[in-house]
Amino acid sequence: MSFGYVSPEQSMKDRADYARKGIARGGSVIVMRYEDGILLVAENRSPALHKVSEIYDRIAFAAVGKYNEFENLRIAGIRIADLRGYGYDRRDVTARSLANAYAQALGTIFTTEPKPYEVELLVAEVGQTSDTDQIYRLTYDGSIGDERGFAVMGGLAEAVTQSLGKGYQESLSLGVALRLAIAALGGDGAQAREIGPDQLEVAVLERSRPRARKFSRISRPRLLALLDEAQPDTDHGADPPVGPGVDALAPESPPPGASTFTDIEHDTPGSDA
Amino acid sequence: MSSDAFVGGLPAAFRTPGSSSFTEFLASHAPDLLPGRRLAGTTVPADLAPQGTTIVAATFSGGVVMTGDRRATAGHYIAQRDIEKVFPADEFSCIGIAGTAGIAVELVRLFQVELEHYEKLEGTTLSLDGKANRLSTLVRGNLGMAMQGLIAVPLFAGYDLETGGGRIFSYDATGGRYEEHNFFSVGSGSTFARGSLKKLYRSDFSQEDAISACVQALYDAADDDSATGGPDLTRRIYPVVVAVSAEGFRRAADTEVGPIVDAVVAGRMTAPDGPNAPLR
Repeated sequence: MSFGYVSPEQSMKDRADYARKGIARGGSVIVMRYEDGILLVAENRSPALHKVSEIYDRIAFAAVGKYNEFENLRIAGIRIADLRGYGYDRRDVTARSLANAYAQALGTIFTTEPKPYEVELLVAEVGQTSDTDQIYRLTYDGSIGDERGFAVMGGLAEAVTQSLGKGYQESLSLGVALRLAIAALGGDGAQAREIGPDQLEVAVLERSRPRARKFSRISRPRLLALLDEAQPDTDHGADPPVGPGVDALAPESPPPGASTFTDIEHDTPGSDA
Repeated sequence: MSSDAFVGGLPAAFRTPGSSSFTEFLASHAPDLLPGRRLAGTTVPADLAPQGTTIVAATFSGGVVMTGDRRATAGHYIAQRDIEKVFPADEFSCIGIAGTAGIAVELVRLFQVELEHYEKLEGTTLSLDGKANRLSTLVRGNLGMAMQGLIAVPLFAGYDLETGGGRIFSYDATGGRYEEHNFFSVGSGSTFARGSLKKLYRSDFSQEDAISACVQALYDAADDDSATGGPDLTRRIYPVVVAVSAEGFRRAADTEVGPIVDAVVAGRMTAPDGPNAPLR
């Protein structure tokens, strides 16, 4: 057993290397803006152990790395959000304060706990308009970054970022954005891989969704339909690539016959008293 | 409110493994935010706070309808003429509440967060019986204040996704939970509303029939109970009407409720006691 002196620089570097190695083992996650909100795509074979989930009305959470560690942070985030929304008001729950809480927790864990968390997180909030959308990226050491347009994390994030950056534009339709994200996830190695729908976990924060809770998971049939609609041009003749996907973005209309009914939408007692 | 309830960072309580219940989390981390803990140990005059009055619910072939009048009273004084006492609990259930308005509203808010919290943590919703039992615990938590006179009693109804039909649950102040069949009513005018629904209810109701019957029952409650408000035709303030079916929770807009209320009131112009049930 040796009791040699380890400099702080070396100790931090060892910890960072350890965390990075853990994170690099898993598949990547992409969070990107599209014309009606924010799209979250993860490579995930498990239909039950989620990498992408709902935190609050307009806020979603995505993570890579060690499941038990980011699950612990996800639960803490939901507790913070629900406590704040219950104690103050639903509008007072923001991604910015949540991201700050995560940053402080991860920073403290990185420097004081026996081992750092092997996780990276993205916290996204869909705004009332597209210029108020927010994406925060948090790394294992508590660093926090404010991302524009899209963000990638996970094992081969750099390759995926490069691939995604080539095709990314503002205001893509959902179908086109999905195709782009899936292609980028598959383009992380020397050879492009085909990623099937059963290896994907997809969710959106949809600005025009008629509920207060904007988060929804995209089921497999809807995923296939979206990908089909955004087929480049083989099936749809001379349609422009962005065109066919647009229909799928229309908010789901209320069931026929129920047109005079309004939706749940913030019906919290006392909110207008 | 405990001093560290809203501090930045992630206090240890947030990262401690625990149950999926928001209420249990509040009880351990911020007990001051629980309804019923705030005034324990004081005595309360009867007309201190406004009282919400009558809630009526009835099932129909594809779900359940709940309506509530819009009046809150404090003694002989009308505290509010457009209060809302019927709310969504989650996507497939609704809750109406009668009694001390302040406590009622806070209980509903806690119940809404409780269901949403569970859904987000567990990735699945509670069964309808699970929700009803959970509400039972919350109501029991208010027992201390109920014994001082600040009582709030909910009526809970929802669409059971497993059996595919509407169900109604009533409660008492001790958290007792009772499943009701076909229809039920709580609040100061509930005796009259129940008598009315007893004669009007049919098991083959459509959603619109159920809404009409509930509006009739509220009219009868307002007719005989001074604390229940009738339809306010001059201000166009109508009862709150919600329906829960396989399509989820819906609140009827005033444009839907208005004509039904107008028809009920028009009928009462010639028959003030309402429609007659067949004698044999």
